[in-house]
Amino acid sequence: MGMTISEKILAAHAGKEAVVPGELIQAEVDLVLGNDITSPMAIREFEKIGVDRVFDRNKVALVPDHFTPNKDIKSAEQAKQVRDFAHRHGIVNYFEVGQMGIEHCLLPEQGLTLPGDLIIGADSHTCTYGAVGAFSTGVGSTDMAAAMALGEVWFKVPESIKFIYHGKLPRWVGGKDLILFTIGKIGVDGALYQSMEFTGDTIDALSMEGRLTMANMAIEAGGKNGIFAVDQATLDYIKPRAKRPYTIYASDPDAHYSKVYEWDVSRLEPQVSFPHLPENARPLSQCGSVAIDQSIIGSCTNGRIEDLREAAEVLKGRKVNSNVRLIVIPGTQAIWRQAMHEGLFDIFVEAGAVVSTPTCGPCLGGHMGILAKGERAVATTNRNFVGRMGHPESEVYLAGPAVAAASAIAGRIAGPEEVGVK
Amino acid sequence: MNAFLQGKAWKFGNDVDTDLIIPARYLNTSDPQELAAHCMEDADPGFAKKVRAGELIVGGKNFGCGSSREHAPLAIKAAGVSCVIAASFARIFYRNAINIGLPILESPEASAAIAEGHTIEVDLATGRITDQTSGQSFQAAPFPSFMQELIRAGGLIEYVRERLTSRQG
Repeated sequence: MGMTISEKILAAHAGKEAVVPGELIQAEVDLVLGNDITSPMAIREFEKIGVDRVFDRNKVALVPDHFTPNKDIKSAEQAKQVRDFAHRHGIVNYFEVGQMGIEHCLLPEQGLTLPGDLIIGADSHTCTYGAVGAFSTGVGSTDMAAAMALGEVWFKVPESIKFIYHGKLPRWVGGKDLILFTIGKIGVDGALYQSMEFTGDTIDALSMEGRLTMANMAIEAGGKNGIFAVDQATLDYIKPRAKRPYTIYASDPDAHYSKVYEWDVSRLEPQVSFPHLPENARPLSQCGSVAIDQSIIGSCTNGRIEDLREAAEVLKGRKVNSNVRLIVIPGTQAIWRQAMHEGLFDIFVEAGAVVSTPTCGPCLGGHMGILAKGERAVATTNRNFVGRMGHPESEVYLAGPAVAAASAIAGRIAGPEEVGVK
Repeated sequence: MNAFLQGKAWKFGNDVDTDLIIPARYLNTSDPQELAAHCMEDADPGFAKKVRAGELIVGGKNFGCGSSREHAPLAIKAAGVSCVIAASFARIFYRNAINIGLPILESPEASAAIAEGHTIEVDLATGRITDQTSGQSFQAAPFPSFMQELIRAGGLIEYVRERLTSRQG
C-alpha cells in the first residue's frame, strides 16, 4: 500500500522501507529545538543522563524567545541557563537577543528546517515546519533532553487526515482564515494523534507565509503534525536558504487516509475565533459588535513580512481607535529590518501603534501586552484559552492580520471594508 | 510507582488546556514545588491548597491540550495528584506524562460516570478503575508494551541511560 509524506519521512528516519499507522518506531532527528521556557527543564534532565556532549552540536537549536529580552530576574536566570549550556556544548544554532526571533519564524527563515526533515521541538508549535515538507512535531522537555543525548526519538506513526481546499480565496482571506475555518469544522481534538495533510488548488496558490500559518496551528486541532507537499513555491523559499541537502517526498496516490475533508473556499469570509477555544470560529459577518481594548499583530502564527504588509495596507493613513492599544511584533530581526526598509513602521507608528522587538511575550501572557480583568483583545496569535494573554477574566479573539488591523481602527471586531479600505 | 492507587476524585470538564493547568505567567521557573502551588489555578483557584497527596484528577475529552510545557504534568505530579483519568488526552500531554512518570488512564466511561469527591481505586497494571463510592468499575486501555518498558525503566531518562549503556557495550 502507498504511504503519505509523513509516513515516508518517518520510515526513512527509522531506517525502514515502510511504516504503518500505529507502529512504534525509533527515529533519527535532523533538528532538536528548545526555547527559554522549555530548555532549562530539558538541560536538567539531560544532565541526569550523564553524557558529556549533545549528539550533534549542529542539530540542536536553542532560541530564547518567550520571556526575552528578559522581563524579570527569574526569566533572566532561565535564559542564562540556556546561554551557558549553548556555550558549554558549542551549540551552533543558539540565537542571542539581537539575532533572535520567534523560533518558528526564525528557523525556516534561517534554512534550518528543510523538506524531508524529521524535527522535534519542545514547543507545541514546532508543527510549523510542515509548511516546507518536513515532519515536525512538538514534544516536552524530557523528550528534548533524550533527543539531545541520543539523536533519536520514539514515535507512534500517526494516521493521516487529508484536507482538500478548492477555489480562489477572496480578498483579505488567507492562511489564517483557512486554518481557523478548518479547526472550527473539526474541533480542537478533530485531528487528535493524527497527521494533517493540506492540499488542493487553493493551497497551490497559497504563499509560504500562509502555509506556515496553517501548519503552525495543526496542534490547535490536536494534530501531531501538519504537512504540505513540496512545490515550486517551497523550492523558491528553500533554495536560497538551505545549507545542506534535503529530500522531497510526495504522498502516493494510493496512500491511506483515515478521513478526507473537501471544501470550496472561494466564498470564505475572514474568520474570527471567539473565546475560549480556537474551534469557536465564526465568519466575520456573524461576529456582531465586539468592542476591543487591544490588538496584537505578530507571533509564530502571523509575525511574518506578508502579515505585516497586510496590516500596513489596512492601517495606511488611518488612526488606531483611541480606546485600543495596537502592538505590532515582527517575528525576526530580518523581518523587522525588511518592514523598516519598506516603510511599514512609519505606517504603524503614524497610525498610533507600538512596534516591538521580536518576542513571544503577549501570545502566552508573558509580557509586552498583558490584559487586565475584563479586557478583550483581537490577536493574530494561535490560542484564546482562558487567561492566555493575561487575567483569567480577559478574552482573546483570534483573527488574521487584516481583521486585527481593521479592528484596531474601528475599536471593535471589524474587517478592512468596514474601515473604508478597498 | 505503586501499582494500586486510591484517592478522592477532583472533576474537571472537556479541553482542560495547559494554560489552565499551569498559566504561562508562572513559567519563569521550572521548580516543581513552585509550579505545584499554582496547579489548576485558572480552572479552580483554590485547587493547589485543597488537593491532598494521593488524590486523582478526572477530566473530560482532550485533557492537556495546548502547550508542550512539561510544567503541566509536573505541576500536577508535584501537587501530589497520583493519577489523571480522562476521556481522552492531548498527544503531547500524554507523552510528557509518561516521560515523567505521571500515571494517566484513558476511559471515556470512567470520565463520564465518576463524580467529584468519589473515592477511586486504580490498578495501574491492568488499567482497572473502580469507583468505590458508586460501586461501578471501568476498564482503561492498558499501556502499549513500549510504554510499559519506559515506565518499568523509571521514565524516559532512565530508559535513555540504559540505551546508551547498551550502545557502548
